[in-house]
Amino acid sequence: MPRLDWFSGPVNKGGRIWPALLCLLAFFLAWEAGVRLLAIKPYLLPAPSQVFGTLVEMLPLLARHSQSTLLEAVTGLAAAVVTTLVLAAVMDLHPWIRQGIYPLLVVSQTVPIISIAPLFIIWFGYGILPKVVVVALVCFFPVVVSLVEGMQSADSDMVNLLRVMGYSRWQIIRLVRFPAALPAFFAGLKIAGTYSVMGAVIGEWLGAVNGLGVFMTRATHAYQLDRVFAAIFIIILVSLLIYALIELLAHLAMPWYYNEKEK
Amino acid sequence: MTEIFLEDVAKTFLINGAILPVLAGLTVQVEAGEFVSLIGPSGCGKSTLFNIICGLTAPDRGRVMLGGRDDVPAREVVSYMPQKDLLLPWRTVLDNVILARRAVGREKSAVQKEARELMPLFGLTGFENSYPAELSGGMRQRVALMRTVLAHRRVLLLDEPLGALDAITRTRMQQWLLEVWNNFKQAVFFVTHDIDEAIFLSDQVYVLTPRPAKVCLHLTISLPRPRCAALLTDPAFLALKKKIMLALQV
Ligand SMILES: Nc1ncnc2c1ncn2[C@@H]1O[C@H](COP(=O)(O)OP(=O)(O)OP(=O)(O)O)[C@@H](O)[C@H]1O
Ligand SMILES: [Mg+2]
Repeated sequence: MPRLDWFSGPVNKGGRIWPALLCLLAFFLAWEAGVRLLAIKPYLLPAPSQVFGTLVEMLPLLARHSQSTLLEAVTGLAAAVVTTLVLAAVMDLHPWIRQGIYPLLVVSQTVPIISIAPLFIIWFGYGILPKVVVVALVCFFPVVVSLVEGMQSADSDMVNLLRVMGYSRWQIIRLVRFPAALPAFFAGLKIAGTYSVMGAVIGEWLGAVNGLGVFMTRATHAYQLDRVFAAIFIIILVSLLIYALIELLAHLAMPWYYNEKEK
Repeated sequence: MTEIFLEDVAKTFLINGAILPVLAGLTVQVEAGEFVSLIGPSGCGKSTLFNIICGLTAPDRGRVMLGGRDDVPAREVVSYMPQKDLLLPWRTVLDNVILARRAVGREKSAVQKEARELMPLFGLTGFENSYPAELSGGMRQRVALMRTVLAHRRVLLLDEPLGALDAITRTRMQQWLLEVWNNFKQAVFFVTHDIDEAIFLSDQVYVLTPRPAKVCLHLTISLPRPRCAALLTDPAFLALKKKIMLALQV
C-alpha cells in the first residue's frame, strides 16, 4: 500500500487508511438506500449520488469560490501566526508581561466571534479583510497557547548553558525557546488550520461576493440542498489540504523531531 | 598563573522553607594548564560549586576569582560542560559543537572548518550531520566535550563527563581525555565519583565531605606522565587511593 508518510494525521493513525474508507463507504450506501427507500424529497435530503452529480457539474464554479475561501483562510492563519510570534517573544521578556497578557488572551477567547463578526463588515467593508480578521481571531488562540506553553517547556538548564556561553536573551529565544516550542506549536497550528476554513466560511456568510460561504447561503435559500452538500464536501477537501500543508511544513521545519519519533 | 581561586565559598539553599546548607566554606585553587579533580559523595554540592564558578548561582559568602581577577565575566574564562549533555536536539552534531564558539561572534564557516578538522580526534567523523538523538550515550558526551573544548577558554569545567559510560569505555575515554587535554593545554576542573579516575587523570585532587561540603583532603598527584593503565596497580597509586578512601570513609 502506498503510504502517504507526510500525512500522519488522525485518518491513518495505526498506519491504515482502509478501515476509515470502508466505514465511510458503508455510511454513504446506507444514506443512499435510506433516501431511495423512504422516498425523501431532494429539498429535505438529497442522495449522495445526486450530490456527486451536482459536484461534478458545478466543479468549475466551486473551484472559483474555494479559491477565495482558501485565500482568506491561509491569509488569516498567517496573520494569526505572525501576531503570535511577536507576542510570544514579548511575553518571554519578563514573567510579569506574560502574567499580564496571558489571562487577557484566555478571556478574549470567550468572546463569541460570531456575534462580533457583523461589526467587522461595518468596520472593514465587504472585501477580503473582515474575513481574514475572523479567521485570524478564530485561529489565534490555539496557536498562541501552544507556542507560549511550548516556549515555557524549554529546558532551563539549556537556557542557562547558553547564557554562560555568552548568548543574549534574543539569541536564546531564537536558538532554544522557539525550536523547543515547535512540536507544540505545530500541534496547535493543525487545530487552527482546521478552524481556519470554518472561520472564512462564517465570514462569508455575513456578506461577500465570492467564496464557499456565499455559495452555501445562496443554495440554502433556494432549497438546493444538493449544492449545500457539494459545498460541504469541498470545504472538507480544502480543510484537509490545509492540514496536509501544515504537516508538510512541520516535517520541513523539524526533521530532528520526526527522526526521534521514528526511533 | 592561578585560573580559578575560590576562597571560603559557602552556599545555603532554601527548599520549601527548610534550610539546606550545601557548601560550608570551600577553598580551592586551579593553576593554569593543570588537571584538577573534585571528588565527593553524591549530593554534596559539586555541581552547585560549578554553577557558582560560572555565575549561574551566587554564593552566600566567599570569594571567586577567575584569571586572577574578581571582576571578569565567567564566560570569558571558563567553558562549562554540565552533568547533562544538554545538546540541542534540533541541531546537527556539527552545529552543536560550534555553539560555544559562535557565541563570541566568530565567523561561521571558519568555526565549522575548525570543527570538521577536529572530528577525528573526538571520534565523530561521519556523524557531522547526525542529530543528537541518533547517537549513543558515549558519543553524545564526546559531542558535549567537543563543544566545551572548542570554546577555547582557559579553563574547562567538566561535571562528570564520563558518568554515563560503562567501565571499559570509560577507561578508554580517560586515556583519550588526557590526549585532548595535552592537545589544547587548557586547565581542567573535573568532577567525578570515581577514585581511580581522579588519581589517574589529575595533578591535584580535592576530596569533599558529605553535605554541607568542606574540603577534607587536598592531594598533589606527582605520578609521572604520560600515564598508562599499568599505573592503576602501582604501589604509589594504591597508597594515594587508600588515603582518599579513608577521607571518604568508604
Ligand atoms: N537551585 C537549587 N535550589 C535548591 N536546592 C538545590 C539547588 N541546586 C542544588 N540543590 C541542592 O543542593 C544539593 C547539592 O546538589 P548538587 O547538584 O550540587 O550535588 P552534586 O554533588 O553535584 O551531586 P551529584 O554527584 O549527584 O551530581 C542537593 O541536595 C540539591 O538538592
Ligand atoms: Mg552533580
